[in-house]
Amino acid sequence: MSASAQNQAVQTGRITRTFIYVFLLVASLFYLLPFFIMLVNSLKPLSEITGGNMMALPQTWTIEAWGAAWSTAQVGVEPTGLRPYFWNSIKMVVPAVVISTVLGALNGYVLTKWRFRYDTILFGLMLFSCFIPFQIVLIPMARILGMLGISGTTTGLILVHVVYGIGFSTLYFRNYYAAFPTELVRAAQIDGAGFFQIFRRIMLPSSGPIIVVCVIWQFTNIWNDFLFGASFASGSGAPMTVALNNLVQSSTGVKEYNVHFAGAILAALPTLLVYIVAGRFFVRGLMAGSVKG
Amino acid sequence: MGFLDINNVTKSYGNVEVLHRVDIAVEEGEFLVLVGPSGCGKSTLLNMIAGLEDITSGEIGINGRVVNGVHPSNRNIAMVFQSYALYPNMTVGQNITFGLEMHGVPKPERDKAMTDVAKLLQIEQLLDRKPGQLSGGQRQRVAMGRALVRDPDVFLFDEPLSNLDAKLRVDMRTEIKKLHEKLKTTIVYVTHDQIEAMTLSTRIAVMYQGYVQQLGTPKEIYDTPANLFVATFMGSPAMNIMPARVAVVEGRPHAVVQTSEGGEAQLPFSQDNMAAWDGKEILLGIRPEAITDPDGADRKSNNIVALQNRIVVTEPAGSDTFVTTTLGGKDVISRLRADVSVEPGQLFDFAVNMEKAVAFDPQTEARIEG
Repeated sequence: MSASAQNQAVQTGRITRTFIYVFLLVASLFYLLPFFIMLVNSLKPLSEITGGNMMALPQTWTIEAWGAAWSTAQVGVEPTGLRPYFWNSIKMVVPAVVISTVLGALNGYVLTKWRFRYDTILFGLMLFSCFIPFQIVLIPMARILGMLGISGTTTGLILVHVVYGIGFSTLYFRNYYAAFPTELVRAAQIDGAGFFQIFRRIMLPSSGPIIVVCVIWQFTNIWNDFLFGASFASGSGAPMTVALNNLVQSSTGVKEYNVHFAGAILAALPTLLVYIVAGRFFVRGLMAGSVKG
Repeated sequence: MGFLDINNVTKSYGNVEVLHRVDIAVEEGEFLVLVGPSGCGKSTLLNMIAGLEDITSGEIGINGRVVNGVHPSNRNIAMVFQSYALYPNMTVGQNITFGLEMHGVPKPERDKAMTDVAKLLQIEQLLDRKPGQLSGGQRQRVAMGRALVRDPDVFLFDEPLSNLDAKLRVDMRTEIKKLHEKLKTTIVYVTHDQIEAMTLSTRIAVMYQGYVQQLGTPKEIYDTPANLFVATFMGSPAMNIMPARVAVVEGRPHAVVQTSEGGEAQLPFSQDNMAAWDGKEILLGIRPEAITDPDGADRKSNNIVALQNRIVVTEPAGSDTFVTTTLGGKDVISRLRADVSVEPGQLFDFAVNMEKAVAFDPQTEARIEG
């Protein structure tokens, strides 16, 4: 992959090359600076922040702020730290990602390999859900959750995210499976495989790249969601993002900036991890089918 | 009623009928080739036999059982696809036995069936590989193995050789023919290649615009084509078609054709009933190999006619020399022996085998029976 990419790169002169490197360096500094400040200040005692330079390295290195953010800081009224809310988020994000990905894959499979009348119109309608602003659905969604008796619970939040995620996951899988040879499905039909056997034995094993894309997309969106979390989960059921807000907004006592910074990094860590682990598949999956070889 | 019975079958998409009343009875052990240009409905018919497309009206029966509405897997058929359709995530062995697994055959039996088929097709050393690691010819074999292992009533082949390069295609063609002769299976084979159709089949159905134009043995199709389409589609180079007038001379019907020099050649018909067309215009069909040099003419024929005509183009092909000349105002290709020395522009004495000539009605384009 990398070798062929190098071969395809346009040959450039030394001056152009220097310019490119300088530009890239500046750009990466620009993006890394906020993260650098968060990291540096989360490792300082509070007195160093309030009394001095935000940019300076800590004089006394300490991870006290991290410990506080994780387990003892005041979130809302309880001094629990972010820990319980971190687990809330995990309990919400894992089922929501799995369910929306599986449903998206099934939708894509049906929309491309089991064509029916008006299937393209149905797909078009599903695509609309990608464009609906979050705010519009808040009130109807609250009503539905209430009717189902799951308002304010993690289950309710999972439902909301699954419903919202299906549009995107269907889009991904439909486009991926559109390029998947239909003759394979026909061959499997003649071989006697049923609807789900074809899906599980033939389609899914070839869907690696698009599954990764879908999981990263869904994970990032659902983990980072604040609006639904703030609207449909309250108190001890709130996800990480809402808890982080409560931590920062707590109005009693002094503002513990170092704890806030540590908390913010903790909240961003899972998505960061997912990108680092699966990021190279992300690009590969996005390009799958578009370029031969 | 045949082993595979296609009975008055039509296919429509909405209001558009794409297959019109197809009627074919295939005997057990027969090798039927459906041949025709793209869009003639041959693949649709095959998919209907397989159960991959619905039958709009009519019946398809396999081994004495009507299979309309029966799921593909329960029709006891196997299909080889144009793209081979090997499951990319499975090894060759798993590909071959997947169908048996889906039908609940226990593993020891599956393995035995797989070994037998692998031996038959000489792919034993490939069983643990993935399809992506195989060459085109090897994939073709695996696809056939996957069909063979099921021991079905009918094999369906959907243009299986069209993805191979020219040389391999000829090899695999022989291979398929050998296999058919060894196993005596019933095969329905779709192709657009008329040479494949001629060489492989025991019977051919020539299809065009959703109609079966002619159903017959390769010899029938080649020598007595039912109409102009069949005549020109089958055979390479194509049959020469030229306008002619029928004239009865000395009690015998002749085809009168304009030569390259502006004169008229009188070619006596072997079919006596052509006398009924006396004075009328027809289309005369003569295959390239029936217009040759005198020494290359068929000695068994009772009706060889000499014809002097000017050569326009010569195309030496190694085994033969193809010569273009003009008859009835049309370019006519003739097939000479390779070592006849001919020059463009030369007046040449051709020998026309009128026993092999056929006549078509210019209005209906159907062959005039004789």
